[in-house]
Amino acid sequence: MTTTLVLFLAFIAITLGITAWAAKRSGSTASYFAANRRISAWQNGVAVAGDYMSAASFLGIAGLIAFFGYDGFMYSVGWLVAYLTVLLIVAEPLRNAGKYTMADVLAYRLHPRPVRAMASLSTITVSTFYMIAQMVGAGALVALLLKGSGISFTTAVVGVGLLMIVYVVFGGMIATTWVQIIKAILLITGTILLSFLVMAHFGFSFGAFFSAVTQVHYHLPDGTEVVKDFLTPGLRYKPPYGALDLISLGMALIFGTAGLPHILVRFYTVPDAKTARFSVVWAMVLIGGFYIMTTFLGFGAATIVGRDYIAKNGGNNMSAPLLANALGGSIFFAFISAIAFATILAVVAGLTITASTSFAHDVWTNIIRHGQEHNPGEERRVARIAAFVVGAISIAIAIVLGPTANVAFLVALAFAVAASANLPVILFSIFWRRFNTTGAVMGLAAGLLASIVLIFIGPSIMTVDSPNVAPAARHMIQHAPIFPLENPGMLSIPIGFIGAILGTLLSKPDLAGEEKFVELQVRANTGLGAEKAVAH
Amino acid sequence: MPAPANPDPRAARQEISVWDRVAQMDDFKKLLAARKAFVIPATIFFVVYYFALPISVGYFPAFMQRKIWGPVNIAYLFALSQFLVAWLIAYLYVRAARRFDAYGETVSKDLEHIVAKGN
Repeated sequence: MTTTLVLFLAFIAITLGITAWAAKRSGSTASYFAANRRISAWQNGVAVAGDYMSAASFLGIAGLIAFFGYDGFMYSVGWLVAYLTVLLIVAEPLRNAGKYTMADVLAYRLHPRPVRAMASLSTITVSTFYMIAQMVGAGALVALLLKGSGISFTTAVVGVGLLMIVYVVFGGMIATTWVQIIKAILLITGTILLSFLVMAHFGFSFGAFFSAVTQVHYHLPDGTEVVKDFLTPGLRYKPPYGALDLISLGMALIFGTAGLPHILVRFYTVPDAKTARFSVVWAMVLIGGFYIMTTFLGFGAATIVGRDYIAKNGGNNMSAPLLANALGGSIFFAFISAIAFATILAVVAGLTITASTSFAHDVWTNIIRHGQEHNPGEERRVARIAAFVVGAISIAIAIVLGPTANVAFLVALAFAVAASANLPVILFSIFWRRFNTTGAVMGLAAGLLASIVLIFIGPSIMTVDSPNVAPAARHMIQHAPIFPLENPGMLSIPIGFIGAILGTLLSKPDLAGEEKFVELQVRANTGLGAEKAVAH
Repeated sequence: MPAPANPDPRAARQEISVWDRVAQMDDFKKLLAARKAFVIPATIFFVVYYFALPISVGYFPAFMQRKIWGPVNIAYLFALSQFLVAWLIAYLYVRAARRFDAYGETVSKDLEHIVAKGN
């Protein structure tokens, strides 16, 4: 336990050191929001991977595979393939035509104020929902990892929240990026070590490993022992809606990643589109390697630790740390726990800076101030205040929800909004000449609303729980779900696209906007007139 | 730094005409065509290949559960192949993008030429 605490404190000390170093370099707007656009391809690739490999992936996926085998692995696949959308379609035009936020590209040739207002609403919604999910998870996890040290859920949430606020407010994008890079390297290292130990346990024989995976023993809630083949699909996604839910999940991942604001802002930190391209490739190598290794972590936990033991000792999120404990003892448990802690901190910091940048740049400077700062440095000052407010609100909501709250749906919601609201509008802005302001506002509104409503009437919120479920973990509405799928993407993504298309076709063509489409097309494809890196 | 918004409307009009000129360049048209020729088929391919996985897992479970390599079934190998295919497409894209960059550089040079001539 003390080892875990010491490692936690060591990570905090290092990252605060980075923040202090970054604070001296965050004196200009471009440095605060975009790290001077001087992050290199591999650095940004690692940071993108870091932003993406959240605690939900590291602990969540390992847990899903440990509990449901193959179906959990389906998440891993989608999470990598999704980067092809980022690489082929979004990253380079975004870097070429934007400045600090996703809305920069959307507002480029449309009426900026309504488009920015909707895009910012969508960005802040995605980021805060995602963040609340991470904070609740973080609080529960930190309290669990440090069990016996007297740190409660509330203390843990406040601690994590304050640290992320400090990184973002003082260190800006430079600190956030480097915290992310360090965490990603730790995470990959930990995952490689853990996978190595799992294979060592099976004498480095894939045959032995997979044979064990096909015969996983555990007990059902009613006490009967079952033996399952964990390579078989269908342990989680069952008929009648399982197949549709898997496809719907895939749609949200494949089309949502390229609309996640905290991933998109990363491409503004590199010098040019070519670097953005190579940074996606770096990210794909790391993310792919990481998610293949989740097989070893999840299947390892299922076979070596066992589902019964994990369920009794903290639940499926603890699969990876408990596996570390079983294979490497308490020191290794402390190491993996510290990595999980680092992961949480880095991801919430990335989300905070994204939400606060969108507020300062889109809402404050471009909507309220009509595109001009009234005082030098105003945008940065507003962003710092916004980071503080966003952080404080997330802390408060996480504490109110409490450690056992069922918040996994918030991550699904974030992906659904990104895929249904953000991506259609990004695509049409770049590729469809006729696209206009009404189309953008309608598309964003329809996608956002459809995602929220469908999640709300779906099984994540509406389910009848059995009487022995703890009160805080119960579903919010005790009623059979109206919409049968956990992941609304299959319906909400078409709604977002249709909203954008109808809004455009039913309103007058915007001739000035279509003229500027040529300009946007040239800029997006050539990088002419793109924001430059800041010289020393 | 971004180009500052120019209050002189004539200058603004002139700037728009520069974009139009670039849009008319052969090399720019080639750049767009080359990009389309790669990105559209590649996107269709990876989307189809990816959704083949959840669809076959969901609707053809018996086939997907067939074991073909010791205890390992088709479903798992198909899932693993997704990683290799994603990496392969990324590699092919980076290779193809060299041509896009080359066109882009010619476009910039042509543009400098125009600006230098001052017309």
